Amino acid sequence: MSSALVPLPIVLPLLAAALTVVFGRFRVAQRITALAALGANVGISIALLVRADDVGVVTMDAGGWAAPLGITYVVDRLSAIMLVTSSLMLLVVLIYAIGQQGVKGIHVGFDPIYLVLAAGVSASFITGDMFNLFVAFEMMLAASYVLLTLGGRSDQIRAGMTYVVISLAASALFITALALLYSATGTVNMADLAERIPQLSDGVRTGFSLLLILVFGIKAGLFPLFFWLPDSYPTAPGPVTAIFAGLLTKVGVYAIIRTQTLLFPPESQQGTALLVIGGLTMVVGVLGALAQDDLKRLLSFHIVGQIGYMIFGLGLFTVAGVSAVVFYIVQTILVKTNLFLVAGLVDRHTGSSRVSVVGGIVRSAPVIAVFFAVPALSLAGLPPSSGFAGKFALLDAGVEAQQWWIVAVALLVSLLTLFSMTKIWAGAFWGEPESGDRAVIAPEGSEPRPSRGGPPLMVAATGITVALSIAYVVFAGPIYGLAERAGTDLMNPSVYIDAVFGSDR
Amino acid sequence: MSVLLAFTAAVLFALGTWLLLQRRLTRIVIGLGLIGHGTNILLLTSGGGGGLPPVIGEGDKADFADPLPQALALTAIVITFGVMAFLLAMAYRSWQLTHDDVVADDLEDRMIERRRGKDELDDADDANLENASDSSGDDR
Repeated sequence: MSSALVPLPIVLPLLAAALTVVFGRFRVAQRITALAALGANVGISIALLVRADDVGVVTMDAGGWAAPLGITYVVDRLSAIMLVTSSLMLLVVLIYAIGQQGVKGIHVGFDPIYLVLAAGVSASFITGDMFNLFVAFEMMLAASYVLLTLGGRSDQIRAGMTYVVISLAASALFITALALLYSATGTVNMADLAERIPQLSDGVRTGFSLLLILVFGIKAGLFPLFFWLPDSYPTAPGPVTAIFAGLLTKVGVYAIIRTQTLLFPPESQQGTALLVIGGLTMVVGVLGALAQDDLKRLLSFHIVGQIGYMIFGLGLFTVAGVSAVVFYIVQTILVKTNLFLVAGLVDRHTGSSRVSVVGGIVRSAPVIAVFFAVPALSLAGLPPSSGFAGKFALLDAGVEAQQWWIVAVALLVSLLTLFSMTKIWAGAFWGEPESGDRAVIAPEGSEPRPSRGGPPLMVAATGITVALSIAYVVFAGPIYGLAERAGTDLMNPSVYIDAVFGSDR
Repeated sequence: MSVLLAFTAAVLFALGTWLLLQRRLTRIVIGLGLIGHGTNILLLTSGGGGGLPPVIGEGDKADFADPLPQALALTAIVITFGVMAFLLAMAYRSWQLTHDDVVADDLEDRMIERRRGKDELDDADDANLENASDSSGDDR
């Protein structure tokens, strides 16, 4: 099934990025362009999701060159789900950024770069060509380098250096993998690769499989390649950290899922290796988080922990496992973005993001407390939160595949996550504030009036993410059905391959 | 021909990796540049041996070079070039701020380093540690 809608999530943000550069002097026009483009993106993504769920896979050959000669854009159910989630988060975080810095206060370069990032993320999800995936990654990463260091303060430059150098090294490995893949198979089209890789010898296939896990594992923050993540993410401005935390690592996970399920036949899928890596990633992530005091650093370590769960689900290589990952990944994007937006609100409200310094937010800003409680419960996986549904699906798949030890590790890590969340709650929301806390210094004498939490747009944007994650658990049934159809497609690569080459073969 | 190119790529990778592990930013940048060149050469060799220019209309098909790896290498060169320019700008900014291009230790590393001597320190130093981590957390 072909559709002209397919390239729009890439083209539209890029076009808008160009326009926002032109509108550099007119800040209001810049904001409106960016909001309109990302808003339209949400609509297009939803239309694509409906279409993809209807017919299975929607494709588009760039320039009319049929696969495998041209570059093919492919939207299957997984891509469409990721597109809808990412476009929603990009829109919400932009609203939050406008609320935080004011319509005229945002850096003039923010909107264009942010839109390029949006285009890069969409392109990574849509493309059906390995080299094009590299280009999409670079587009996204180049934008993220700029967003991370926008402002040029010394801590940003220091963190940015780590981030840029590790990303560049990963990109070099990616090109190396592409060069080797091309010399072994003579193609970079994913569907074509999926047909030719099974003909290679076993050792070569395993080598490619591991090389691709390594390349995308660096971007996703897998153990032991995660060390750059908690160092670099927290130094970015609040909204930027939120979108990095929500989306960028998940693009890496998406690439791992796509390449492992599509390109490699079952006998060279690295199931056990992925399970071990997933388990270690979970444990290291949550232990790292327990040792932290700064809210943003703490949450950054939790990103790593969450990635472990996804890799665990994928490592099972069963329909139930992969479906659970699809369900879980969306939930994590919602929750992680939400938590980082709340961290931004806490920072603004109290003047610090250190758990040991801030305190009493329950009394001084009950809204923030509510906004934190919902995603925190979700992250720990307590019923009836969306995190419970996601983790339950994962554990159920693990039990079904009889991988008891990884299920035990996952449960233990959940418990530690809960402990880490209670630590934040007891310290920052219940505890007594220290003198460094701005919220308690201001009024003398009488009990201060509870704050509304911050600028209305920031609170509204955070509220939207909270509402989305509540809606996610309310509609968990239909959504899980969709995830299950996506998982079934993923475990049966011929659906994807036939759609790319057309049914006329 | 191909062996020579493969050898060149290997040497570039080795030198690049060694430079990447240094502490000076300028060396890291040069190292990444060398690795970039190594990958481009690898991309070129992935198309097989040399041949006629890939122009439609002349000669036997078997004599033609594969144009795709050349296109891929070209794209990779442009991307590496752009990111390298950004990296150099960042290295310059880093020099402006610190007048030094040695990569500093991690926040964690420094905190562990200080905590090692913490037993002998008095409360005043403890307060310094608090302030240090406070300011690094707050001036974002």
